[in-house]
Amino acid sequence: MSDLQSTLPTIGILGAGKVGTVLSRLLLAAGYPVHIAGSGSPAKISLIIDVLAPGAVAMTAADVARTSDIVILALPLGKYRSIPADLLEGKLVVDAMNYWWEVDGIRDDLNDPRVSTSELIQSFLPTSRVVKAYNHMGYHDLDEGPTPAGTPGRKAIGIAGDDDLALSDVAALVDASGFDPVLVGSLRDSIALQPGSELFGANFTASGVQDALTRFPTTERGLEVAAAREQEIAA
Amino acid sequence: MTTGSIEFGLNSFGDVPTDGARTLSDAETVRLLIEEAKLAEKVGLDIFSIGEHYREGYVDSAGPVLLAGMATATERIRLGTSVTVLSTNDPVRLYNEFSTLDALSNGRAQLVLGRASQTQSFPLFGYNLEDYETLFEEKLDLFMKLQREMPTTWSGSVRAPLVEQTLHPTMRPGGIPTWIGVGGSPNSVIRAAHYGLPLMLAIIGGEPHRFAGHVDLYFRALEQFGKPMQPVGQHALGLIADTDEEASETWWKSWQPLITQMGQERGFYPPTRERYELELATGALFVGSPETVAQKIVRMTKELQISRFDLKYDIGGLSVDARSRTIELLGTQVAPRVRELLAAESQLETAGATHE
Repeated sequence: MSDLQSTLPTIGILGAGKVGTVLSRLLLAAGYPVHIAGSGSPAKISLIIDVLAPGAVAMTAADVARTSDIVILALPLGKYRSIPADLLEGKLVVDAMNYWWEVDGIRDDLNDPRVSTSELIQSFLPTSRVVKAYNHMGYHDLDEGPTPAGTPGRKAIGIAGDDDLALSDVAALVDASGFDPVLVGSLRDSIALQPGSELFGANFTASGVQDALTRFPTTERGLEVAAAREQEIAA
Repeated sequence: MTTGSIEFGLNSFGDVPTDGARTLSDAETVRLLIEEAKLAEKVGLDIFSIGEHYREGYVDSAGPVLLAGMATATERIRLGTSVTVLSTNDPVRLYNEFSTLDALSNGRAQLVLGRASQTQSFPLFGYNLEDYETLFEEKLDLFMKLQREMPTTWSGSVRAPLVEQTLHPTMRPGGIPTWIGVGGSPNSVIRAAHYGLPLMLAIIGGEPHRFAGHVDLYFRALEQFGKPMQPVGQHALGLIADTDEEASETWWKSWQPLITQMGQERGFYPPTRERYELELATGALFVGSPETVAQKIVRMTKELQISRFDLKYDIGGLSVDARSRTIELLGTQVAPRVRELLAAESQLETAGATHE
């Protein structure tokens, strides 16, 4: 290991499964120090990290939260209440989670057309700055997809959030990890990145992401979301 | 395990096929599976395995019963599961079924344990998906204990405890070959290594070489746990026809609606034709002429160090003829061609080594 002090922020990743290990690799390749935690002790994931994300440091979730500048949530969404909320106070938190009923079970609270799941995360972490990113692309596309900025046909990741500074930090992160960032809007708008939307599972270029976003309000899911939200206002 | 040797299996989920314009009934499909297992044996394939699903269009819900039918209709081919959903099975019942199958087939029973990507069995049998980890962990512990030490004493939270319990018919010493099926979760890879069980990689999308890290992880974990080396297998989807074009067109007609339906259930949009072509060229689908498929399997033996390749040959709406053609070509053309290519390569390597 070199003793070179990295000027890049330290990235913490909560979740050492399929998505967590892929994101670790991408960010390590971009030069970021990466701290990562699974659901248990660091010893439980140390071999996984050694082999699948060499260079990342396995720690407890609490230590990841404490020692990282930006924390990426890559655990099953249904377990979000296990996130050490108090230790993330004031931090930039990237929500890469999705409702996946075959893992989370049937959960109406995670599948509400009125409220995006990132809004739920933001209310669970009221003092953190939450940005949705890295959630809509399949983990194998994430793994195979990174290319340097400016590469023709470079794939894009939609990002959404309510804090401009946080958004620009995440945009830089996405870019450095090999993808074009595309601004989707607020956390409320991040519902366009969730399951049921055209962008969910999409492996598009920036213009493809833009086009899908433009189409969203006229799609079946877009209409369902708009109707549910309108009803809520009326009620 | 000799370097370069490879076994070939077929996987069926009991997908209901068509015959001309007609869709077969469930009962006809059940009977067809027995015929397909016989054909698999006739063309020299090593293993025939069936899945476990509980939904329209699939008739593989009673795996051990189907396998018993196959056992009495065949003599040599090994019989197993492409995945048994252990979490929603009772390990004691499973032991009884598979020890009976092993007796009936004269030692040809085996199985793959996993979660499967379809989870209908959880609500059907009254389990919560959220308990998946505990269910799998405890039941695997019990099932392996039953196979490895009889009489068995066990207690846990997912079923009644056992005290000095002996089951009959008793399995052969050490139990039957039991693989762990994984779909990409690193933790599942570690679990397979922890029990010293062979690893079956279910790769149904994306570039298979992404799993090379998992294979590396598996071998290193075996070493760390002090377990002997175990084989790695691959479960893949595909169709073999006389030409690449025919295979590609035939498969697309069934695959496109299937993926569209899956997407509706899980919230993603169906893939484009362009994406499909990519899956054929560099991805996880083994669809093509015998030569195309053979070359792709040879690549897997290098990239993923597999010594077992299982092709899931049935997909909803495929014709009975296309299914049997795939079975025939896998046995008579693809398997010999792969073995020929691997033998030629190992000869080259040996020659290279002597000239160094």
